[in-house]
Amino acid sequence: MDGTAILPPAAALLLAPLLLGVINRTKAFFAGRRGRPLLQLYFDLFKLLRKGATYSRTTTWVFRAGPIVGLAAVLAALVLVPLGAVGAPLAFGGDLLVFAYLLCLMRFFTVLAALDTGSSFEGMGASREVLFAALAEPALFLGLAAVAHQSGSLSLSAMIAAIDPATWVSRGPALGLVATALGIVLLAENSRLPVDDPETHLELTMIHEVMVLDYGGPDLAFVLYGAALKLWVLAALLVGLIVPVRTGRPLLDAAAGLAGMLSAAVAIGAVESSRARLRLVRVPKLLVGAMALSALALVLVLR
Amino acid sequence: MAVLLTAMGLVALGGLAALAAGRSSRLATILGAGGSVIGCGLGLVPALSVVLGSAPTGWHEAWDLPGGSFHVGLDALSGFFLVPTLLLSLLAAIYGGEYLRPYAERKSLGRAWFWFNLLVVSMVLVLIARNVVLFLVAWETMALSSFFLVTFEHERAEVREAGWTYLVATHLGTAFLLVMFLLLARSAGSFDFDRMAAVVGLAPALASLIFVLALVGFGTKAGFVPFHVWLPEAHPAAPSHVSAVMSGVMIKTGIYGLLRTLTFLGPPPAWWGWVLVTIGLTSGIFGVLFALAQHDLKRLLAYHSVENIGIITLGLGLGLVGVSLHLPALAVLGFAGGLLHVLNHALFKGLLFLGAGSVLHGTGTLDMDHLGGLLKRMPATGATFLVGAAAIAGLPPLNGFVSEFLIYLGAYRTVTSHGALAVLVPAALGIAGLALIGGLAAACFAKAFGIVFLGEPRGERAAKAHEAGWAMKGPLYALAAGCAVVGLCPWPIVQSLGPVLGTLPGQSVASTGSTLLGTGHLLLLATVVAGLVIGLVGGLVLLRGRLLARRPVEETGTWDCGYARPNARMQYTSSSFAQPLTSLFSLFLRTRRRLTPPEGLFPGRSSFATETPDVCREGIYRPAFGAIERVVGRLRVLQQGRVQLYVLYVVLTLLALLIWKMG
Amino acid sequence: MSDGAVMEPILVVLLVTDFLLLGSSRFRTCIKLVSVQGVALGILPALLHGAENSVRAWLLAGGSIVLKGVVFPWLLLRILREAQVRREAQPFVGHSLSILLGVGVLIFSLWVGSTLVLPATAELDTSLLVSAGLATLLIGLFLTISRRTALSQVLGYIVVENGIYTFGVVLVGGVPALVELGVLMDAFVAVFIMSIAAYHISREFEHINVDQLDRLKG
Repeated sequence: MDGTAILPPAAALLLAPLLLGVINRTKAFFAGRRGRPLLQLYFDLFKLLRKGATYSRTTTWVFRAGPIVGLAAVLAALVLVPLGAVGAPLAFGGDLLVFAYLLCLMRFFTVLAALDTGSSFEGMGASREVLFAALAEPALFLGLAAVAHQSGSLSLSAMIAAIDPATWVSRGPALGLVATALGIVLLAENSRLPVDDPETHLELTMIHEVMVLDYGGPDLAFVLYGAALKLWVLAALLVGLIVPVRTGRPLLDAAAGLAGMLSAAVAIGAVESSRARLRLVRVPKLLVGAMALSALALVLVLR
Repeated sequence: MAVLLTAMGLVALGGLAALAAGRSSRLATILGAGGSVIGCGLGLVPALSVVLGSAPTGWHEAWDLPGGSFHVGLDALSGFFLVPTLLLSLLAAIYGGEYLRPYAERKSLGRAWFWFNLLVVSMVLVLIARNVVLFLVAWETMALSSFFLVTFEHERAEVREAGWTYLVATHLGTAFLLVMFLLLARSAGSFDFDRMAAVVGLAPALASLIFVLALVGFGTKAGFVPFHVWLPEAHPAAPSHVSAVMSGVMIKTGIYGLLRTLTFLGPPPAWWGWVLVTIGLTSGIFGVLFALAQHDLKRLLAYHSVENIGIITLGLGLGLVGVSLHLPALAVLGFAGGLLHVLNHALFKGLLFLGAGSVLHGTGTLDMDHLGGLLKRMPATGATFLVGAAAIAGLPPLNGFVSEFLIYLGAYRTVTSHGALAVLVPAALGIAGLALIGGLAAACFAKAFGIVFLGEPRGERAAKAHEAGWAMKGPLYALAAGCAVVGLCPWPIVQSLGPVLGTLPGQSVASTGSTLLGTGHLLLLATVVAGLVIGLVGGLVLLRGRLLARRPVEETGTWDCGYARPNARMQYTSSSFAQPLTSLFSLFLRTRRRLTPPEGLFPGRSSFATETPDVCREGIYRPAFGAIERVVGRLRVLQQGRVQLYVLYVVLTLLALLIWKMG
Repeated sequence: MSDGAVMEPILVVLLVTDFLLLGSSRFRTCIKLVSVQGVALGILPALLHGAENSVRAWLLAGGSIVLKGVVFPWLLLRILREAQVRREAQPFVGHSLSILLGVGVLIFSLWVGSTLVLPATAELDTSLLVSAGLATLLIGLFLTISRRTALSQVLGYIVVENGIYTFGVVLVGGVPALVELGVLMDAFVAVFIMSIAAYHISREFEHINVDQLDRLKG
């Protein structure tokens, strides 16, 4: 492990909230508005950290543990996720499983915390979250299996580092399918359109936003920061896959990775602006479709 | 060996003494539970030592039965299954001492303890028997003693029904085993396991036939879909500490039996592995889907046993594929994952069933739609149940993650290698299936824990819940600690699987050792990440403490989106939580809904109920048994109820036999 | 460019459109998907065998592209306008499950493709072609079985034909052009007749659900 390995987590810690700023600005652009400042989430986080807290009398320690376990899990996941060709601080065969299960841990506690409030709104969000997550899981695992086969490694860093332009030439279709599937998983896991509308706070159509309805102060800051980091790690996987810049110079690679992340944010913003939210009953179809794409990719690489 | 037999003697003695204690339920409890606790504790010593590498031992005693001999042996495989069996029985005995107390006025606890101790002894005997007759006797004793435990509350009709289902299922399974053992014994020329293992070059067709028979026979006990129908009936009906033992370890004797049989059969063909992978995936997905649709907490847990048996079978199936296609890494990882999951499932399923028992004890109901908010009233039960729920959902840093990690790793390694389709397809299916099962299991336990322990009480009983006493809390703590220990230091435990794996077909201690060594390194790093999570949680707790130290922290009602009068019945229930999932999979689940919608301007009473009966039970067994009943019903003319007539039948049969023998 | 490099993207398009067809309920989308599939397949033989016998291959490609990319969609969109239906309301098998079954079909086809030994003409790696063709064929049949409307069945039929066509590509060297054209002609006539039938069903009954045809029998 060399010094550059510190780059991916450091970039994530510092820049993850920026990603949401970029998405919002993109959406504002499409809507013809000026939009919020790029750094709005940073301002929000600082404001929230300086506030007090209000807890519901119904809740128990599980509610208070929710944001903390969630943030801790995604922070731990940061040490496994590379940024483009720049490897993560910790890489070992099978770390992709640890990565996926850390996100699962985060979700489990968010869901429990939502149920702890006793509100039916939060229960509703929790119920949808677990359904979509359960369906997204096979897509993620199969897609990663396809990439793992291509690179011959079970570590996220090595898997992504092994993908270079030549791989795209020889294995383009399969990688494209995996990228599409991961893109769908990214949108679903982060509750973005067309799965969930992150802008609507009090509609009954939402998933993630409604689960964290009862948080305020530092807890809400943890939740928001955790969500931004989750978006970052999944986007980092996707960018690592579709931006095959492998110059061998870590700083250059990292710069390419960051540029990729920003374009991913713009792309998410564009998708969100151009698509309506799917009816809830149609979301499973989308996720099963993502799974089919992953399976197809696996078939193509295994053949 | 002598220690183990002495220990079992003590357990049996405790049981007999409890039976003799008769009316005094307190004395019966002390004798019965005490015998189990001391005996199991003592028995753990030889079991652990053989797992940790001491030489296998045996004991041979002639027996006055045709083909039978009292031949027992303790090798690493037996030892590995003995450890959770003894451990969970010990804790369940402690737990049962307090759990059964409310029944003391109505029931003879002496009998309950007698059957419990007999169950423990027979399970141990099944695991160490080295002779077919002894094995089958122990197997039947195990079935009967658990039957009497299941029907402990026999005054309730549904308990009797569950008991009968169990009895019929287990005997059908035994019938298959009988045929299987006869076939084995014929080719070995002996009823001794050692001689069966020594037979080489079994004809492939015969070996496959034996394998299929073992699959049905042992699969019925283990709960493979579609032979699982008794499981969701019997486990909820039994007293909770018995459910824990049955679900946690008794059904694993089926897995043990299957593995033991495999050691007799020589090199397995690949399709055995495929069959096991298919059964594993089917059981896993079927189990977790039906679990999601349940609203009785113990029924939900019982279906999860089907699911976890599926995961174990998936691991073993991948291992078999690995053996037959000469992929040592897949073989070792598959077997190791499956076996470790046996131990893990004993820990967390024992924990969860005992936790459900505490819920029943504290509230008097297991209907999740009437529970809620129990974490405040039963903090210890709630916290340990959460540990069990997270463990069974496979979340790091608990034990469920470790075994699933091993199975995944085996499958992923296979996928990254350039193997044949014969192994790639099962591996890929295994990955997809495990991912789906994992996601659904997390959903299901978010529901189980969230609805039962969080939010507001949905009914009177939940509001008046009380925490259990120390004898019931202690085992919960112990099992939760076990889940955490296996999760946080998986490496020594995985390494100790080496000798156990060495007993399985196609494995040698040396070859498994190197693969396990490589895996140990990965597990260590995975544990580092898990440790990082724990450290970060601690850090964040401190951070929030400091941030909130000088700021106002208030308490208020839950934000209700402007609705002024929410009440506890308006919370999401277990049925509503699972509704999107059950409607998505309605094709398999066939959930029945009974809806009386509110009508008119001033709606009166309206109601909504869902019920998800087992598809296999409704679709396969009920019609099949109905047909059998109709056919057999024709024989009723023979039944006239006169003793003379029956004697006549006997005489006629004897005469016929005599003539047949002479002629 | 090697054959494999051309073939793979097109086969991926073929299979992805299969999955999309399994998952979409809107007829307009389905019709477009089928035409995309047809065009993609039309290009395939021309690219693969273009060097060898160009005239015939290009002719075949042109014919099938025009037929499947232009004529069929036009016919089908016409029924759609007439029938005033926009989506397949209640298929017998739900869309998510259909996609899952599609994956199952794909795995099955893969297995068949890897074991089936065909008289492969060129040095082409035919196993993927065979698998993709078989998968498309089976998925087409599945579409025909699992949907209610006549329109979906026509679409299913075209997908089946596309599957057969993919098979044909494997054997194109060995099959006379006449046979190829015959198959295409066949498909054309069939689709034509079925569209007319669907058109009349829709006029007569004001819907195009085939599952109620059983009421016609005495």
